[in-house]
This record gives sequence, structure tokens and C-alpha cells, in this order.
Amino acid sequence: MPKGKDTALMSWKEVPFGCYILESGNSVKFKTGDWRSFRPVLDKEKCIKCGQCYIMCPDMSYNQDEEGYYIVDLTYCKGCGICASVCPKGAITMVVEEV
Amino acid sequence: MLKELAKFKGFSAKNLPKEEPFAPGHRACQGCGEVLALRLALKALGMNVIAVSATGCMEIISSPFPYTSWRVPWIHIAFENAAAVASGVEAALKVLKRKGRFPKNRRVDVVVFAGDGGTGDIGLQALSGALERGHDFVYICLDNEAYMNTGVQRSGCTPYGAMTTTSPPGKKSFGQMTWKKNVPAIAAAHGIPYVATATPAFFLDLMNKVKKAALVNGPAYVHVYAPCPTGWGSKGEDSIRLAKLAVETRIFPLYEVIEGKYYITRKITKPKPVEEYLKLQRRFRHLTEEHIREIQQRVDAEYERLLRLAECL
Repeated sequence: MPKGKDTALMSWKEVPFGCYILESGNSVKFKTGDWRSFRPVLDKEKCIKCGQCYIMCPDMSYNQDEEGYYIVDLTYCKGCGICASVCPKGAITMVVEEV
Repeated sequence: MLKELAKFKGFSAKNLPKEEPFAPGHRACQGCGEVLALRLALKALGMNVIAVSATGCMEIISSPFPYTSWRVPWIHIAFENAAAVASGVEAALKVLKRKGRFPKNRRVDVVVFAGDGGTGDIGLQALSGALERGHDFVYICLDNEAYMNTGVQRSGCTPYGAMTTTSPPGKKSFGQMTWKKNVPAIAAAHGIPYVATATPAFFLDLMNKVKKAALVNGPAYVHVYAPCPTGWGSKGEDSIRLAKLAVETRIFPLYEVIEGKYYITRKITKPKPVEEYLKLQRRFRHLTEEHIREIQQRVDAEYERLLRLAECL
């Protein structure tokens, strides 16, 4: 297990003055996708492109593609399953994440 | 009806704003309803806001050093003075506009995000002062019904019978012994132009209410019901179902108070029994039938009172 500089986010020498965060919205660098134990899978045949999954997602994981389908971006998806429970057509199912 | 709201058409599912003032990568629990409410509120307000955030879940999960989830100006302050700091920010903007150092016609909304503890218990005095002085700001209370951030302690907004770490059920106790504090009624009693209650399950309703609150001149208060899977002992995927059930069982009625006049925005003619809402949560599982009957009576009485207010005021 490496110690110190390799495990820490930054060393004390790199900490900005006053511990200010100089960039807005930089939490996009923190990938919360590895919290997930279930993964949402979309069945495009059942999807009616209503966008319920997009608006109800607490992690802003859903984005619309060119065809109008809402596709999950697994970088931030925590696998809570809200999208599957709000889907009016049952087009989203949660499957166990494989390691 | 207020003249500021006359031109407001409202959001619809087709014209939702695309921008996200709240960035992904925040560390909220899986299935958090509070961060969903926060995201929807910020989506409705857009990028021209100054957010003031009291201590609580939303401050902790959005700003662990060296990351921040906020794409808008944001200031974090202690539990008790969120409303006081917002009044200061609003007064400073006014002065800058008067001195010509800030474009006069540029509209910037000052918005406070606080939890139920920061609103109903600790910050009530500062909130009351700010509402009474009539600052032009929006106060959004994200109510998850206990101090979830510090490990589920009871607050004034915890409902009757709920189990928390400081109101544990046992031989001599059945959980929380007092009824939920009606903070929207306290805010409405100040005679402010706009008070509303909302829940993330009805997202268009929430976004419209937050936008209306920002449009009115003067203080506005929005009480948002925010399910918390960790503290309530419910499933993460049930957050939206719980938020919907709370409205359908009349436990959390949706209404607006515009200049003292009550409007019920979602009338529930065929209510579901409260049992359906209670049995989904572990914090209510120790309740006996007698307690549930008591809760049902109280909920019906409160709704009846609200209906009368909407009729006669």
C-alpha cells in the first residue's frame, strides 16, 4: 500500500491559500459510479422518450442522444433505482453489477 | 393575484431548462430525495442566483474539499444565520446597484437552502427577522424530518411516532411524542407575499413554485418535502413513491399562500390510508394500530382545516 503523496488527493504544498476552491462545479472529477451495485438497463422498444428518468435522477446521469432516447451515463450513476421505479412503461430494469 | 406572476407561463415537460447549476459527482446517499429537490429548484432558477446554504446535508455533500458541486456563487454559513446572511447579500446587491457598480436591470435572485433543523429549530429567529424586514429573497427549506447529517436526531419537524436516535421507541416511549411543526404556517403568518409547499415527486409543480417565489418582490418561502432513505429506513428506489404517497395520503398537502390567500394546488378527493405511507418506512414500524388511528385522525383534521382556510380566506 503506497503511503502519503500517492494516496492523498493533494499535498499540503498544493493546497490553495485559504483553502479556496478555485474552480466551479469541479466535483465532476469525482466519479461516484463506483458506489453502484445495481445498473439500470434500458429497453429501447418499450421506451416512450418521456424523460421521467432524466428529470428524477438525483445524479444527473441521464442525457438525451440524437434519436431522443435518454441514455444513462454510468460515470456518476449510484444505482439507486429511482429511474426504474418512476418509468411509466417499465422500460428500465436494474441488473446486478458484475465485477 | 400578484402582478409579477401574471406574465409567468410556467414550465412544462417540453420546455425544461437544459442547464444544470448543480454539478454531478456530489456525495449524497443513493436515492436521496433532498438533492433531487435541490437540483430541480436550481434548474428552475437558472444561473443568475446567489445561493446561501446553511449547515446540513446539502452543504456537506456538495463541498468536500477540494471539490464543489456548485456552478453558481455559493456561501456556506452556520445553522442559525442563513436568513440573516441572505438579507445581507440582498442589501449589498441593492447598494451596488445604487452606486452603479452592478448593472441595474440585471436580475439576481438570492436563494437560501436550509434543512428542517436549520429552518424550524435553530434558524427560526433569523428567518422570522428576515421575513419581517421584507428582503427580496427566496427561502427554500428542504425538509427531511430530522437532523440526518449528524446521524438522525429528532427535530421540530419530525412527525409523530417516528423513531430517531434521540426519540427511540421502547417500553415507556413510542418514538417522537410531539406533532410536526407547521413551518409554512409560521412563514405565512408573517404576511409575506408567497409561501408554498412542494415535493420532488411532482417536479413541474416544484419548479413552478420555486420560480414564482423568485419572481415575486419581497420574501418568499418554499417548504420542500425531501425523502431520506438513510434516516427513514426506506429503499432508495422508493423515494419518489414516498414523496407521492405523502401527498396522496394528505400527510403533506400541496398548497400556495399568495398574499394571505390559500390555494390548494393538488386536491386529494380520494385519500389513501396513512398506513400505506407508514409501512414503507422502518422509522414507523413499531407503531401500534392505535397510534396509526391517531395519526389518521390528526391528518384528516389538518386537511379539513386547510380546506376551510382555502374556502374562507
